[in-house]
Amino acid sequence: MSATMTHEGAVHTASHDHGHHDKTGTVIFGFWIFLMSDLIAFSLMIANYADAEWHGIANGPSPHELFSLGLPTIETMALLISTFTFGLCTLGMKYGASMKRTVFWLVVTLALGAIFLGIELYEFHEFWTEGNTPQVSGFLTAYYSLVGLHGLHVTSGIIWGILLMVQMKTFGMNDLMKSRLVRLGLFWHMLDIVWIALFTKVYLMGVLS
Amino acid sequence: MNILGSLDWNDIFIVPFLKEPTLSTGIAAGAGGIVVLGALALALLLTVKGWWKPLWSEWITSLDHKKIGVMYVVLSGIMLVRGVLEAVVMRAQQVSPAPGFLSVEHHAELFSTHGTIMIFFVAMPFLTGLINVVMPLQIGARDMEFPFMNAVSLWLSVGGAALVMASLVVGHFETGGWTAYPPYTGINLSPNEGVDYWIWSLALTSVGSTLSGINFAVTIYKQRAPGMTLMRMPIFAWTTLCTAILMIFAMMPLTVASLMLALDRQAGFHFFTAAQGGNMMNFANMFWLFGHPEVYILILPAFGVFSHVIPTFSGKKLYGYTSLVWATIAIAVLSFTVWVHHFFTMGQTTNLNAIFGIATMTIGVPTGVKVYNWLLTMYRGKLRFSTAMLFSAGFMFTFVIGGVTGVMLANPTIDFATHNSLFLVAHFHNMIIPGVLFGMFAGVNYWFPLCFGFRLDETWGRRSFWLWMVGFYLAFMPLYAIGLMGAPRRMAFFTDPAYLPWLVIAMFGALMVLGGLAAQVIQIWVSVKNRESLMVPAGDPWDGRGLEWSLGCPVPEYDFTTVPHITSREPWVDAKAQGKRVIDPTEFVDIHLPKSTGLPFVTAMIATIGAFALIFQMWLIAAVFFVAMWVTVLIRSYDTDWEETISAEELRKGYEAHKHLVETTPKATFEDEFTSKNRGLILEEVV
Repeated sequence: MSATMTHEGAVHTASHDHGHHDKTGTVIFGFWIFLMSDLIAFSLMIANYADAEWHGIANGPSPHELFSLGLPTIETMALLISTFTFGLCTLGMKYGASMKRTVFWLVVTLALGAIFLGIELYEFHEFWTEGNTPQVSGFLTAYYSLVGLHGLHVTSGIIWGILLMVQMKTFGMNDLMKSRLVRLGLFWHMLDIVWIALFTKVYLMGVLS
Repeated sequence: MNILGSLDWNDIFIVPFLKEPTLSTGIAAGAGGIVVLGALALALLLTVKGWWKPLWSEWITSLDHKKIGVMYVVLSGIMLVRGVLEAVVMRAQQVSPAPGFLSVEHHAELFSTHGTIMIFFVAMPFLTGLINVVMPLQIGARDMEFPFMNAVSLWLSVGGAALVMASLVVGHFETGGWTAYPPYTGINLSPNEGVDYWIWSLALTSVGSTLSGINFAVTIYKQRAPGMTLMRMPIFAWTTLCTAILMIFAMMPLTVASLMLALDRQAGFHFFTAAQGGNMMNFANMFWLFGHPEVYILILPAFGVFSHVIPTFSGKKLYGYTSLVWATIAIAVLSFTVWVHHFFTMGQTTNLNAIFGIATMTIGVPTGVKVYNWLLTMYRGKLRFSTAMLFSAGFMFTFVIGGVTGVMLANPTIDFATHNSLFLVAHFHNMIIPGVLFGMFAGVNYWFPLCFGFRLDETWGRRSFWLWMVGFYLAFMPLYAIGLMGAPRRMAFFTDPAYLPWLVIAMFGALMVLGGLAAQVIQIWVSVKNRESLMVPAGDPWDGRGLEWSLGCPVPEYDFTTVPHITSREPWVDAKAQGKRVIDPTEFVDIHLPKSTGLPFVTAMIATIGAFALIFQMWLIAAVFFVAMWVTVLIRSYDTDWEETISAEELRKGYEAHKHLVETTPKATFEDEFTSKNRGLILEEVV
């Protein structure tokens, strides 16, 4: 809740016409609830993964045979930094006189997201060409689906961000754009938190296993 | 690659019958024919009457929560007819000499569609519809918080239902029951499109329900009238809130499990396969992680309805408001802690089963609290047995029996003996028919005037109640008996002659239920025909207790002329106690209502066609429609002019007109409650 308040504060909605409640705050509140529902999906996928990495190896590789920490650490760094840069983007929206700073940090954020995604796809490609496709075992199915679901979220975040920049150019930085940017921010930060869980469970604990 | 995927001529409903004319294929062809002819007849009627345009401009494009609610209920009514007819065919199958007139696969399709339809396309839209109509009126809101998303939810549900109907005409539905457990529903054992119909129709409607849940919760948290604290909310709003929270958390497991099943089937993944490390128990756990809260998603709104109908027709305040609220919250929380009781026999340790068994029995406690609340509300009340009240009383009677058998089944040792038997089938019908359907029927009979301005015919309403009530007992009590004798569920036919007398009674009961449904259709027909004499324009036909009865019937588009300021739990009762029949206006201001738009309908229909393409593996078409769906969302994001204004002046006029109407309406007494003298202004005694 307190984060909601912070973000509502960041939006500074200008007009409060009579008999009309604060729509921006409510929309953001609704989006929080949506994210809670989305987190259920991730939780279930993680639970499924936790089961599959024990019982689902079949004839395929086990986690510590498959994973190394090098690339995943770099992609984790990219995503963590992108969360920081999104913070700068939000600050730019709140204090910046023009849209410039906001847009600049948004571009940096999305670029970091793209780097993250690129590394992930590269890893998928490597595994795939070694013959470790999702069809090999329950474990690989769970791995590709869990990490892939997160990757799909990042992809939609990037597309959303690009479309939002187009709209910001069309409409200018009005309340609606601010509200949308705040929601993208919530989405992006959630993906970061989810990734910390994934990195720990899949890669760190996988390599140690 | 074939652009039409796996679709071929043999999938068209009439072709199997022409190739191999048997009674079973004939019934399948007939059912497909009914769907096609029904659609054509509807199109013809709309054309002849010139109703296409009003249908589009006043209903399909409407974002008014009351109209969306009505459309939900209509959807549910249509699907209810199909569900009940399927039940009757299954009952007929089991009383005819073995092996009956249906093929085993056809029978399996019937029980699978029956279950899927009754849960997802009858119960869910019914309660969502009722919530849509009533909840905003009860809390002093003018609409749902997100009216556009509300319409998207509706049309996604309609799309899901359309796919289930399409399975009668094109291809087959699945045969693995409404739970669709793999590995039976995996690609090896269920190679045709049946399971995909199940997956994608549910995907559409479960996304719709998740969005509805978000909408309801945010509306209740953010849109209550000033002064309406949570503990002043009407009980129906409370049960809606709990249901909404359950929807937000419980629909996702279904979506995840069914999409994983889709990946197993179409992409060769191994989530639930029997080989290569798949684990079907993950499906069972996720399905019931949805499935058990789902039971309470269904039943809590009905509990809300009873908590309004019973006080109104007992002429008393609800007994024990606070305990009812806490019981509702307790049920909502506990509903997430019992899911394993759906598969006690699937290999957990005894200790785990014991824990879940005890948790299950615990839910009986808050539910029992509620029954006492309603009973004590009726105690020493002046009871008036309207149709709505009859359904409520019938519910309490019947539901307690179902609750008792539920506590029996909660004991794992008993469950091992009765698992997968007709005893279980009798139990859950015993919960859901009185618990959900009777509640929804009571709600429709009670709140109908809010939408249309007239009451429903009482004579036919009471007939429908007695047919449903007696029909229910005849149809399901025998199933308890033969279930205990050992009859398993989902059997296409039985050869044990000892079951036959019981099955004949059950068949007769099913016909009575069908009669009850027919009586309800007649009830609506008769009411529409006699609507002049059933009009209740003053808006309070039952001496109601909630804000929704203070607005006039039908409720105007803007709901409230001014936002009421709430100082107690029953502001409308307080106002009437002071002799007022209209709530004093607060401040007239310009208000904003959402503009009508056809975009939610378009989005959802595109999604539906995309889902149909996925079912028949038309990947290219599916991809195109998936992109198109998001394009419609993008189009909406460019639309910033989504509200229209209603001026303060217009609202003032509306208020004056309503006040004048109430002042000139003749008063009626309770003796005349169900006669044409009741014009919506009713008092215990005329003073």
